[in-house]
Amino acid sequence: MSDEDLSRQIGRRSGQIIFAIAFLALSALLLSQIGDQTKWVKKTKFFAQPRFWPAVGLGGMVLFGALHLWRLPRRKIDRFDRDEVLVWAQILEYALWFMAYVLLVPLVGYLPVTVAFMPLMVWRMGYRDRRLMWISAATGVMIVLLFKSFLNVKIPGAALYEYLPGALRGFFILNF
Amino acid sequence: MDLLLSGFDILARWDVVLALLTGSVGGVLIGAIPGVGPAVAIAILLPATFSMDPIVGLTVLLGIYGSSMYGGAIPAILINTPGTAVNALTTYDGFPMTSRGEARRAISLAYSASFFGGIFSVICLILFSPVLAKVAPMFGSREIFLAALLGIILVVTAHRRQTLIAAALACFGIFINTIGLEPVKYSKRYTFDQSFLSGGVDLIVVVLGLFALSQAFFLLQGEDEKTRINKLKGGLFQGLRELTRHPRVAGVSAGFGVLMGMIPGVGEFTAQFMSYTYAQKTSKRPDDFGHGSSEGLIAAETANNAVPAAAMVPLLALGIPGEALTAMMLSVFYVHNVVPGPQLFQNHMDFVVALYLALLILNVMVLVFLLFATNHLIKVVKIPNRFLGVAILTLSFVGVYSLRNSATDCVIAALFGVLGFVLKRLSLPIVPIILGMVLGGIMEVKLRAGMARVKAFPDFFLDGRGDNTSLRPIAVILFLMIIAVLALHFRRVWLDHKELKEAKWSTKHSSTHIGAHLSRRRNSILTERGKKRRAERSMFSPRSTDRS
Repeated sequence: MSDEDLSRQIGRRSGQIIFAIAFLALSALLLSQIGDQTKWVKKTKFFAQPRFWPAVGLGGMVLFGALHLWRLPRRKIDRFDRDEVLVWAQILEYALWFMAYVLLVPLVGYLPVTVAFMPLMVWRMGYRDRRLMWISAATGVMIVLLFKSFLNVKIPGAALYEYLPGALRGFFILNF
Repeated sequence: MDLLLSGFDILARWDVVLALLTGSVGGVLIGAIPGVGPAVAIAILLPATFSMDPIVGLTVLLGIYGSSMYGGAIPAILINTPGTAVNALTTYDGFPMTSRGEARRAISLAYSASFFGGIFSVICLILFSPVLAKVAPMFGSREIFLAALLGIILVVTAHRRQTLIAAALACFGIFINTIGLEPVKYSKRYTFDQSFLSGGVDLIVVVLGLFALSQAFFLLQGEDEKTRINKLKGGLFQGLRELTRHPRVAGVSAGFGVLMGMIPGVGEFTAQFMSYTYAQKTSKRPDDFGHGSSEGLIAAETANNAVPAAAMVPLLALGIPGEALTAMMLSVFYVHNVVPGPQLFQNHMDFVVALYLALLILNVMVLVFLLFATNHLIKVVKIPNRFLGVAILTLSFVGVYSLRNSATDCVIAALFGVLGFVLKRLSLPIVPIILGMVLGGIMEVKLRAGMARVKAFPDFFLDGRGDNTSLRPIAVILFLMIIAVLALHFRRVWLDHKELKEAKWSTKHSSTHIGAHLSRRRNSILTERGKKRRAERSMFSPRSTDRS
């Protein structure tokens, strides 16, 4: 393809082809399962069929995904595309941090986990400034106070709080 | 007048006032921090608002929506980085003004223009609301289906040069919405016999993943930017005076904002583009645009702030959100069993007017707050990006986990977060997924209901049976609009294609093809004429080897 085609493309060039191929492959795979995963009900109008809208969605994904792939200015996977995929893979680490946080909250408690998680994550991001560590811990306390204590959002009391003595147990389960 | 009074009556509660204050100040702060847009904030706060009264919850969210653009103008003007995506156009003229030492003038003008846009649109809509209340009941299932279809087509076609992938992603949204137990025939769709999929994929989980978590990942992966900001000296009132010198640009831009805001799927960018183009074409100094033109700044800021109030019209009157933020707000209505649509306009007009009044008060509060607090506020720009990423990651947990206390939801949100990150890296659009989900759900229900009494395609536009048929005018208009939008889109694609072809031809000359070049050279060597020419040349400039 010519330089004009490339210059008209919006955004980063590397990785586009891999995303387009993966999107199309996943759409085609899902569409191939439509007979198994949806039902065609007798004596029901065409537009009211349970299969109709999944077919519209997946059909559109395959059709437009294929057209998008076909219209891409560059159609070869090169080193830069592979580098871009590595960047995407790096994000999985942060997703795992997030999941660890999610799994620890019901066990250890919203307040202690948040107060530990924020400075730890800030440290992981390369900050070594002691002041920023304190600020991050304080931000953690503020978040818990705002959402759990003040706005009463539904976050259950931790399993660890059960071991607290008497009134403190109830207070912690309710507020932190 | 009675409506206005009953609207004020709804708002006269301490929790609503507190919500207004929190929404306006919070929105400005969020807008001023590059990297945290209103979408991130609204997504995180959404589950927290479910326990509030609808008016309180909506006021907070509306406050963030309406005021974030005021805040977004600050970094756009001072450091050339838009605080929210819609402030991108503000950088064109705002930053050049700062560069030549007119930061105070630019900021003050941006506030004044935003204020005018916000107030103009609210007043317009309060005045139009009786008309809207009359038109809204004319929308039955078929009309709402067509309006949702028009919305989805407009969202897709608005992504110029990315239409195909935008369409594919909108279809992806439609598909996600179908996962789970189908409500009429109770058959499972794409659950793969997994219990966590039979309840479907929650819109809020997807929103939090695509907007909040993806943004956190994006910030964590990036670098911190060093910013230096000088303090603004002097008052910020001069902009109001300057704005009165450009009533035409401000009025037309606000008008575009209101019109474009009302059409689902169009929104701020189109309104800004149209206003900016209009202002430039009619200006006495069109060359100044992009180099610090006050008219350009007014056009951009007035248009984007006129949109939020107008964007509430399709949401409240038809239950059709026009963009991602109103789509999120729709879930607040659903949680409280308030179904926005023609009935809301007919039966609870006071609620609608109360929302508009809240927006009006909000604009005044934000302007007053900003006129006095800008110098303190600009410090938030200095918060390091990766620290922000950590904070958003922590806050996203509240949003996802408090919905159902489900770790599975968090896994789904994290997956969508990774998808959102990839889309952001590749500059591919995210909004079509959300609108596909919301509008896909609306289209499914309304098409099923609308087609129940329709036998053939033309009956879709007719009411009644036998001889007593009458035309459904709104359905016909919407259908014609869909055809027109598609026709215009294909025309534009064709013109783009032609332009591209011309550009290719104009840059291609003989020397770019080495094969053709060699062939010409060979001909020149072999032909008689070529030999003669070489002989002539060698007479005037003999070869250096000949001399030795």
